Amino acid sequence: MTRNDATTEGTEPDAVETEREVVEGDSEVDEDDGEVVTLAHGAGGEATRSLVDQLVVSRFGDAANPAGRAAEPGAVGLPELDDGSAHPISGGETSIVLTTDSHVVSPPIFPGGDIGRLSVAGTVNDLAAMGVTDPIALTCSLVVEEGTPTATLEAIMESMRATCEEAGVAITTGDTKVMGSGELDGPVINTTGIGAIEPGALVTDAGLSPGDAILVSGTIGDHGIALLSEREGFDLGGGLESDVAPVNGLVAAATDAGEVTAMKDPTRGGLATTLNEMAGKAAVGVEIEERSVPIDDAIASAGELLGIDPLSVANEGKVVLGVDPDDAEAVLEAIRDHPLGENAAIVGRATEDHAGRVVLDTGFGRRYLSEPAGEALPRIC
Amino acid sequence: MATDATLQFRDPDAAREIADRIDALMADVGEPVNLMHVCGSHEQAIAKFGLRSMLPEGLAVRMGPGCPVCVTNMPEVDEAVALAEDGAIVATYGDMYRVPGTAGSLADASAAGADVEIVYSASEAVELAEENPGREVVFFATGFETTAAPTAAILAAGPPGNFSVLSAHKYVPPAMEVVAELPDTDVDGFLAAGHAATITGYGLFEAFVEEYEIPVVVGGFEPLDVLLGIERLLEHIDDGRAGLENAYPRCVSEEGNTAALETMWEVFETTSGEWRGIANIPDANLAVREEYAAYDARERFEIDPDVGAADPLTERCICGDIMAGTADPDECELFGEECTPRNPVGACMVSSEGTCKIWLEYGGRPDL
Amino acid sequence: MCLGIPGEILEIDGHEARAEFWNVEKTVRLDIVGDAVEVGDYVLNHAGFAIRKIPDEEVAETIEIYEAFLEGDEEEALEEIGATDATLEFGSRPAAVAEPGSVGAGGPDDGVGPDGTPVDGGSDDGD
Repeated sequence: MTRNDATTEGTEPDAVETEREVVEGDSEVDEDDGEVVTLAHGAGGEATRSLVDQLVVSRFGDAANPAGRAAEPGAVGLPELDDGSAHPISGGETSIVLTTDSHVVSPPIFPGGDIGRLSVAGTVNDLAAMGVTDPIALTCSLVVEEGTPTATLEAIMESMRATCEEAGVAITTGDTKVMGSGELDGPVINTTGIGAIEPGALVTDAGLSPGDAILVSGTIGDHGIALLSEREGFDLGGGLESDVAPVNGLVAAATDAGEVTAMKDPTRGGLATTLNEMAGKAAVGVEIEERSVPIDDAIASAGELLGIDPLSVANEGKVVLGVDPDDAEAVLEAIRDHPLGENAAIVGRATEDHAGRVVLDTGFGRRYLSEPAGEALPRIC
Repeated sequence: MATDATLQFRDPDAAREIADRIDALMADVGEPVNLMHVCGSHEQAIAKFGLRSMLPEGLAVRMGPGCPVCVTNMPEVDEAVALAEDGAIVATYGDMYRVPGTAGSLADASAAGADVEIVYSASEAVELAEENPGREVVFFATGFETTAAPTAAILAAGPPGNFSVLSAHKYVPPAMEVVAELPDTDVDGFLAAGHAATITGYGLFEAFVEEYEIPVVVGGFEPLDVLLGIERLLEHIDDGRAGLENAYPRCVSEEGNTAALETMWEVFETTSGEWRGIANIPDANLAVREEYAAYDARERFEIDPDVGAADPLTERCICGDIMAGTADPDECELFGEECTPRNPVGACMVSSEGTCKIWLEYGGRPDL
Repeated sequence: MCLGIPGEILEIDGHEARAEFWNVEKTVRLDIVGDAVEVGDYVLNHAGFAIRKIPDEEVAETIEIYEAFLEGDEEEALEEIGATDATLEFGSRPAAVAEPGSVGAGGPDDGVGPDGTPVDGGSDDGD
């Protein structure tokens, strides 16, 4: 029952290891002013973004995007805070897409998956969300604690292998570090993914235009609710499973079927955070019909028992797509034909009104769907 | 049955019919009406399902002192933080984790290395004590009657010797009286909390209705339950009556859950204390009785909390007015600016059931 | 967090029971539920404790109220289920509230229901 950053694995390219580290190492930081990193900083949403801005973007943002570079076709840099970065080479004929992810999850083996599967799927999905569905290769850096049973690591690495096979990608380089006993809470796996794409095929999370249909590739909230239940020792029976899976095949089917204008994988902070980011970056509104968002019955029920909205917790095998309205049905059909996409649905559309915000039609009335303010905590009293 | 029934309590068509009826009643009343509910879960249901956008102009439904976490006084949080810093395992509900005391929250203490565990149930806190026989486990117990009765049940059942309770439990009825007596209060009807009334029984409100001549309707938490409760209150107001009505009969009876009440009063007694942002209220805090002193953390430990300086911004905070039903969050100059869920100034922003936090998250009553 | 979903008791072991809440199982304590609870009963849960046994018929009756709203005969339904039996009267509202409205204190309501049927404000007096 230890509290840990479980529903909230680092899944942003810029994610820094945020857990329980005192902010230090900068002469301007006053270590005595009492500010420390909290779990909320690792939960996605506004808290994470402000930490990333303060620590990373403020230092590296300008160098990554020198004047004019950001406008170059096929280029995505650090300040965009997309799922990865993109770098045009060979005179702009091709862009190299790069993403990295550190994974810590408690427990390391959970209902529906394990940290190995998660660490492959997380990086493959970040690439896929940018349109790269046939990655060149992944790296794997493993940090483990002295005393970790090798059988556990065997199981995790075997799971990585199987997931790589499923995604059609290979791990080609890596690193292993062993920490002293008590210096780590569990295994940490970093994977970096690299791929190549024609600049015109690159999809960002900022491409929505008013009128675009919003699609989700399947049920929402599975990973976050399943892990929270497991991790907090909530004894909710066996019906809750993470959705962790590589979605590059599904994304390929979608992008082949029609014009996908924007894409993002709804990991930390869930669908709510993802939609708010997509709306904010494109300066459009997004309207969602709550009743058309697919949610597994058991996940919905566990969410009610825990007082946690499935829309605000992580998914690890899903993608959110903005699609040209003329192509929406064709793309939906293509996704539903994929084994991971049978529950896909059109859940809303981008609008000119409410720029930067997400409006949820509950069936009763309309309200904003906001980003969660920190890590999801059960409400009891 | 459970699934089907629950879905039926969420039927938007029936909701619109009740909302039409509310419209008609408001037209008939012909003047603004202020209703108050006293339960964070009512506020959650109203906000989450977007029910406010179904209600006519002139009908305000506001949350009074209905969030037990919000009204928990900062020094009570300080006590829990001090116990955690002194090496006890402090177990608490998720609601309380991020709530700041004068010198910090349990989340801050956890970030600094203290052992803070989030539990879903009082019995999980007892399990922690059983699993850690060498450690003191303190359950920082918050909530109204609905969680006080379970806390009482585990003390009555005889928990392990390393287990104790730091009670911040609150008792609602006296707080309703305080709100009714506040000079600026203008409440035309109370929507009473269905689950608290499941324990206490709706008969408890009889004396209140008689004394203050304000109608009280007990309501449930599904969208239709909430709307029906509002509709029933408007019937009373339109008729010019101050009556008491149970609009949640599937859970609430007149006498309540007598077994739970017996257990609760066996373990707890009322005492006066400060409700954050409201007032010092007589008989509205629940303290562990002397017979159970062995499990009372305040008896067992010398708690010496760090007391921080109060945030100077609190002087500009209008939480008191919000909980008295005379203001909405967006009338506060700090709302969403200096006062946010990450850096709450006042009580209403600290909990996920606080009015300000809910308004910030769901947009209050936006014109969408 | 007050949860409206009732749980169905699957098995009982002393003070504890397994209950199913809408496809999810959870252990609930029965210490303070008050009534004798059997497998198959529905209970209201709060923070891991059953706080009330919910008779099936009362759930069905509440559903009837809401269905009645759709059909425009809610007054009858409310009366039938006994919601209005619970109404206790303590005289008129203060004039400040009642006066400016279209009806006098305690006077008959001439309102019209959503479907145009007259609404008899007196029928819910519960006596």
